[in-house]
Amino acid sequence: MKTIIKYVLFDLLKNKTIIVYALILAAITISVSGMGDNASKGLLSLLNITLLFVPIISILFSTIYFFNSVEFTELLLAQPIRRKTMLLAEYAGIAVALSIAYLAGVGIPVCILYYTAATLTLLVSGLFLTLIFSALALLIFVLFKDKTKGIGAAIITALFFTLLFDGLLLSFIYSFSDYPVDKPLLGLISLNPVDLARVLVLLQLDVAVMMGYSGALFKKFMGSATGSIYTVICMLCWTVIPLIIAARVFKKKDI
Amino acid sequence: MKQVLLLHVFLLYAATGSFATIIKVHPAANSIHQAIEQAHNGDTLLLQGGFYKEHDILVSKKLTITGQGLPVIDGENKYQVFIIAADSVIIQGLQIQHIGKGSLVDMAGIKIINAKCITIRNNRFINNTYGIYLQNATRCYIVNNTIHSDTKGEINGGNGIHAWKCDGLGIKGNSISGHRDGIYFEFVTHSYIADNTSFENARYGLHFMFSHNDRYTQNTFMDNGAGVAVMYSKGVVMYDNAFNHNWGDASYGLLLKEITDSKIEHNRFIKNTVGIHMESTTRVDVRHNLFSENGWGVRVQASCSGSNFVENNFIGNSFDVTTNGTMMLNVFIHNYWDKYDGYDLDKNNVGDVSYYPVSVYSVITEKIPPAMILYHSLLTNIMEQVEKVMPSIIPDMLKDDQPMMKKLKL
Repeated sequence: MKTIIKYVLFDLLKNKTIIVYALILAAITISVSGMGDNASKGLLSLLNITLLFVPIISILFSTIYFFNSVEFTELLLAQPIRRKTMLLAEYAGIAVALSIAYLAGVGIPVCILYYTAATLTLLVSGLFLTLIFSALALLIFVLFKDKTKGIGAAIITALFFTLLFDGLLLSFIYSFSDYPVDKPLLGLISLNPVDLARVLVLLQLDVAVMMGYSGALFKKFMGSATGSIYTVICMLCWTVIPLIIAARVFKKKDI
Repeated sequence: MKQVLLLHVFLLYAATGSFATIIKVHPAANSIHQAIEQAHNGDTLLLQGGFYKEHDILVSKKLTITGQGLPVIDGENKYQVFIIAADSVIIQGLQIQHIGKGSLVDMAGIKIINAKCITIRNNRFINNTYGIYLQNATRCYIVNNTIHSDTKGEINGGNGIHAWKCDGLGIKGNSISGHRDGIYFEFVTHSYIADNTSFENARYGLHFMFSHNDRYTQNTFMDNGAGVAVMYSKGVVMYDNAFNHNWGDASYGLLLKEITDSKIEHNRFIKNTVGIHMESTTRVDVRHNLFSENGWGVRVQASCSGSNFVENNFIGNSFDVTTNGTMMLNVFIHNYWDKYDGYDLDKNNVGDVSYYPVSVYSVITEKIPPAMILYHSLLTNIMEQVEKVMPSIIPDMLKDDQPMMKKLKL
């Protein structure tokens, strides 16, 4: 398994797309931090960028990479290796590569410029989003045989979590506005890793007070230790469950 | 005629008994009480530095009480210290501390009851329930005092300067912190509050109720529990104050409720959750103010009418203006909005297209507060952009037809 991870990782670190991804992130981070005069505003912009770019790039790049290395996968499967090990090793390689790119692009500049608890939360959420969306990419790769369909599914998944889900959430809030929806909302945003990441970081910044009464409720829960642990567990579930499903499907898949 | 006048002057002195004398008081048991008993109208008590454990000192003569070397008068956390019931008393240079708390009596460092022309200056009030308490007082001057308390919590504390049913007060250059309300005004008329600093109070920096024709200028209100509240008053003038960092779930820079014919000019609202919150106000002029880095710059409820927002700078607020209805009976004109992205073809420094300061997301969250959970999500950002091109949800009556292109010099 280690050899496969190493091979995939080195292959990816030489990949131009990963390097460009890291460089673009770094450029955006530095320019955004340079513009705003206070750390809170800079972090807010960075949060927006992380929430928009990380899911889409992670899922698209991973899906394309998985489909492109189908022949390599088939070659490996001819060897006496378990399918699950092979699949997870490939996932680990790509997830680590994307995480390194994210850390290099956003993590290093941000830690040098302003280092606070909120920064750490932002980085952790960014890393989790990378892991989650590459896991989803793996699931897409396993479920679809055709590359075009796979990429389409990846785009739809990314859009669903970054945009569509919030729309549905908003219409839910609208239609049930006469009822106390605060607590159901807490449960509902657990269904979207992007929202989880956003709320987790927002609660660390001073704009949290703007969330008003419901913000106070969210803060009481998600700002506490139990809340943070709950969020991290949710994120972990979001990583692990797609992986487990992917491994199961792949076991029986006819290649 | 001249002789008659002289006679009058002579008789006046004869009536008061003697010319003013200076009585030195040293720390000893009941020394202030005794000194006041011996003193006559117009005398000066010179309190020497030291520690006085005296309480309920009733000043019922026209005296000047001056501290030399900051004498400390201690209420032992049980009693109140000075009660002034005579006109024209002056108290200066004292430190009054550890006033007790009573459920029947509001205990204060200095309490002024039914008196006129009292001056209280250059004193220190430390850890008192109420610092200075004015009850039915007229033309009193409270100048350059430091009033500080360490008590936390709204219920346990009293106000720094508490005025009830007064007229013609002057409150100037005081620094007030750690009380419930920094300055509290109820039924106080024709008074001014100037150059004070009110910070870290549990509730309001300044609390104004039923107090007409007052003005407050050049004060600084910082880090108070809920900012400054001005309610049920008319003819209030607010010039040149700074409202800074009143930040919290239920906090605002300035709360206006049922205010009529008032002026808010040249103030600075920086880093407050809400810059100005207005409810049921009539004819309030908001001019030449700076709203910067607030959560909400101005929140104007639909119940406000006849107010003008002219030539203000709105810079870096998360939401510039928000309202709770579609009706808008107030005028916004010639303001500078940093979010304005219109153009100015005739180069007259006034934008050619109207600016709608209410963002669609703020309309939604005003209606349904839980929607705030989508704050800063991609969806809401897109909605804002769409609404900018085709306004449909935002109240279209609330707009600035002549927004300024450049920041105004205030």
